[in-house]
Amino acid sequence: MAVDYEGKKIGMWMFLFTELLFFGGMFLLYAVFRYRFALDFHGAAAHENIVLGSLNTFILLTSSFTIALAVSAMRQGRSALSSSLQAATIALGAAFLVIKYAEWSAKIGVGLYPNSPVLLQKNPGEILFFSLYYVMTGIHALHVIVGIGVIACMIIFTTRGKITSKKPIMLENTGLFWHFVDIIWIYLFPLFYLIT
Amino acid sequence: MRKADQQTPLVSYTTLTVVWLALLVLLAATIAVARGHVLVKYSVLVPLAIASAKAGLVLNYFMNLRYEGRLLKVMLLVAVAVLTAFIALTFMDVWYR
Repeated sequence: MAVDYEGKKIGMWMFLFTELLFFGGMFLLYAVFRYRFALDFHGAAAHENIVLGSLNTFILLTSSFTIALAVSAMRQGRSALSSSLQAATIALGAAFLVIKYAEWSAKIGVGLYPNSPVLLQKNPGEILFFSLYYVMTGIHALHVIVGIGVIACMIIFTTRGKITSKKPIMLENTGLFWHFVDIIWIYLFPLFYLIT
Repeated sequence: MRKADQQTPLVSYTTLTVVWLALLVLLAATIAVARGHVLVKYSVLVPLAIASAKAGLVLNYFMNLRYEGRLLKVMLLVAVAVLTAFIALTFMDVWYR
C-alpha cells in the first residue's frame, strides 16, 4: 500500500510554519523593546549565566545530532540502535530542562521573577527583558517537554514495529519538530545571553 | 519531481557527525566573540549571523531541506518572508513614528 510520504512530511512542515510565526511574534516583541530600551536590556542581560546558557546550547545541538542519527539508523533498518539514539535524545532534553530549572531557580531566588518587588523597582526595560526571558524560554521549554513525550511514544512505536525502515515517517516528523525547537534555542541563546 | 512515496536520500553518519562538529565550532566562535569583546561594533549582527549559520546547517542537513523538492523550499521561503514582512513593517512604525 502506498503511503503518502510527501503529504505527511508537508503537513509537518506546515505545522512548523505556524510555530515559526508563533515564536516570531515574540521575537518581534523582543526586537522592538530592545530597540527602545537598549541600555536596560544591556544591563539586564548581565544577570544571565553564560556558562549554563552555553552548556544548554551544547546539549540541545547534540540532541539534534542524536535524533538525526536515530532517523538514519532507522532507515538503514537498525531499529535497536535507533531506539537507543532516541533514548539518548530524551536524556539530553531532560538535562536541558534540569539546567533550565536551575537557572530559573537562581533568578527566582534573588527575587527576579515577573511582578516581584525586586523587579518592579527596576527600569521598565529591565522588567520587559525578564518578562520576555520567562515567556520565551518558558514556552520553549514547554516545547522541549512535548518533544520528549513525543519521542517516548516513538520509542514505543519502534519496539512495536510500527516504525520501520520502510515506514520511518513518524520518526522523521518527530525529528523535524525536535530540530525546529533546537533552531528556536539557537536564536534565543545569543539574544538573551550573548548580546549585551 | 520525486513521487509521493519516494524518500529523501539517506544522510550518512559521517555527514551528520561533520555537521554536528561544525555546529560546535560555531558555538565556540559565538561565545569567543561575546567574551572577548571583539567586534563590539557588530555585537548584535555577528551573533545573529552565527546563529543563522547554525540554523542553516540544522535545516539543510538535520532536517534534510537540502534534499527536498522545490515545493517545500518555496513554502519555507514564503513563511520566512511573511515573518520578515511583519518585522519590517513594525520597524517602519517604530523608526519613523
